[in-house]
Amino acid sequence: MSQFKELSLQGLWKNNPGLVQLLGLCPLLAVTGTLTNALGLGLATLLVLLGSNIVVSLVRQHVPNEIRIPIFVLIIASFVTVVQLLMNAFTFGLYQSLGIFIPLIVTNCAIIGRAEAFASKNPVLPSAIDALMMGLGFLLVLLVLGGMRELLGQGTLFDGAELLLGDWARVLRIEVFHSDNHFLLAMLPPGAFIGMGLLIALKNSIDQRLAKRQIIEKGSIARARVTGSVQ
Amino acid sequence: MSFKIASSPHHHNQRTTSSLMQWVALAALPGIAVQAVFFGYGVLVQLLLAICTAWLCEALILRLRQKAVLPRLLDHSALVTAVLLAIAIPPYAPWWLIVIGTAFAIVMVKQLYGGLGNNLFNPAMAAYVMLLISFPVQMTQWLPSVSLQPVALSPLDAFCMVFTEYSCSGFSLSQLQQGVDGSTQATPLDSLRQDLAAGMTLAESLQRPVFYSFAGAGWLWVNLAYLLGGLLLIQQKVISWRIPAAVLAGLAVPSLLFWLGSAGASPSPLFHLFSGATMLAAFFIATDPVSASTTDKGRLWYGALIGLLVYLIRSYGGYPDAFAFAVLLANMSVPLIDYYTRPRTYGHKAKRNLK
Repeated sequence: MSQFKELSLQGLWKNNPGLVQLLGLCPLLAVTGTLTNALGLGLATLLVLLGSNIVVSLVRQHVPNEIRIPIFVLIIASFVTVVQLLMNAFTFGLYQSLGIFIPLIVTNCAIIGRAEAFASKNPVLPSAIDALMMGLGFLLVLLVLGGMRELLGQGTLFDGAELLLGDWARVLRIEVFHSDNHFLLAMLPPGAFIGMGLLIALKNSIDQRLAKRQIIEKGSIARARVTGSVQ
Repeated sequence: MSFKIASSPHHHNQRTTSSLMQWVALAALPGIAVQAVFFGYGVLVQLLLAICTAWLCEALILRLRQKAVLPRLLDHSALVTAVLLAIAIPPYAPWWLIVIGTAFAIVMVKQLYGGLGNNLFNPAMAAYVMLLISFPVQMTQWLPSVSLQPVALSPLDAFCMVFTEYSCSGFSLSQLQQGVDGSTQATPLDSLRQDLAAGMTLAESLQRPVFYSFAGAGWLWVNLAYLLGGLLLIQQKVISWRIPAAVLAGLAVPSLLFWLGSAGASPSPLFHLFSGATMLAAFFIATDPVSASTTDKGRLWYGALIGLLVYLIRSYGGYPDAFAFAVLLANMSVPLIDYYTRPRTYGHKAKRNLK
C-alpha cells in the first residue's frame, strides 16, 4: 500500500510529467486551447500510457537490452493506432480538431520515458499504477491549462464538449462571461507558454511554502552549547 | 563633500534613474499635447488609465516580491512605460485595452524578469504587440485627424468613448471613422499601403484628404513635436544621439534608394520619417536604456537594425507600421550585438583573436 501511495504522489505531484519532468510539451502546449481538447488528448495519452506500460512490463524479461527502445516504440505505436482508430470511430469531431497530435502521441517522451525508466524494471502491477498516476498527472495539467486558456480566451468552459462526449454534453457548456472580443493571446501558442510558466511557478511556490512549514513543525534542534554562529 | 571610492574615470554623472525617467516623461509632453489637439482628447484619458494601472500593478507585484514599494515607484520607470503605451495605442480604444496592456507590460514583461534593469524586452512594446495580436480590431481603429472628423468630439466625449465605446451623443467608433463623404479613412501609412497594393501610383494615392499631399494631416505635427522632445533629451544628455540617428538613417537610406529607383511606387524618405510613429519610436522607445544595446558601436547597429526592419515591414510586411515588432526583434539581438561590439579596454591592443 505504501508503494501505491508513493507512486501516486510521484505521478500526481512530485514528478509530474507536465510540471516537473516537462515531457510531452508539444501536445501540452498545442492542444490546450479548450478544456474539451485537453480532456480528449489527456484521456488518449492516459490510455496509451497504461497499455504500453503494462505490455512493456510483461515482456521485459524477453526483450534484449540492445534493441529495447525500438521495441518499446513499436508497442507504443500500436496502442496509439488503436486509440486513434477508436477516436476516429466514436469521437470524429474531436479527432478532427486534435488532428496530427493524436498520432504524435507516439513521440510523447512522457510515455517512452515511463516505459524505459519504470515499466522495463518493475512487475506489472506497480507499472500499471505508475502509468495510471503519471497519466492522471498529465491529464490534470492539461485540464488546468486548457480551462485557464479557454476561460481567458473566450470566456467559456467545456465549449464543444459534445465532440467528445456525445450530444447530451452540450449542456455542459458554461459561459462564464460574454465577450465579443476573444483574447487571442490566450488561445495562441504564446499564451500556452506563458500559462505553463505560471503553473510551474505556482507549483514551485506551493512546494517552497510546504517545505518551510515542515521545517517550522520539526523545529530546530536546541544546542546546549553554541560556539560560533549557527545559520 | 562626497567621498566616493570608484575606479577611473572619475567624472561621474550624478543623475538618478528617477530624474532620467522624469526627463523622458517631460519631453514627451509637447508630443502628447499636439496629439491631443490633432487626434482628440482620448489620449489624455488613456494616459490617466495607463498611469493608474501601472502604479497599481507595480505596487502590487513589489509587495508580492517583498521589495520596498515606494522607492521603486518613485523611480518613474513604470510611469514612462505607461506613458509610451498610452501614446502608442489608438486614442479612443476601449478602457480595458489599455488596462490589460499596461498590466501585462508591468507584471509579465518587467517584474517577472526581475524588475527594472533585468527585462529583456521593452515593456511598452511587448505589451503593444500582445495587444495587437490579441485584439487586432480595437488596435487598428485610429480616427483621422480632428479636421477630417465628421463630428467634433469634446473632452467629455473622450471619456464616453473610452468607457462605453460610444460618444455621449451615441456615435460608435466605426461611424466616426467614416469621412464626410462616407468613405472609411485609415491612417496615412495604411491608406498608402492599400492604394499601392491596389495598383495606384504614389501621386494618385497622395490626393486623398488624409495625406494633405504629404505625410498626413496631423501626423507631421505629431512627429515634429516628438522630434523636438527627442532633441531636448539629447541636449540634456538623457539619451545618446546614436540610437535615434541610427534608427532614422536605417529607415531613410533604404527608402531613399527605393524612392530614387521607383519614385512612382514607393513613398519618399520624408514621408517615412514624418509619418506613423517614427520620431516617437526613434527618440523615446528605441532608446530604452535597459533593453537597448549598451556599447557605442552596438547602439549604431541596434538602431540601424530597427530602422531597416521598420522599412521592410512597412513596405513588404502585413502591418502598416512596425516599430513594436522591429524594437522587439532588435531587443532579441542585443546580447549578440553587445558581444561583438565590446569596446577595447584601455591599454590593450585593438584586435584580439578570439581563438
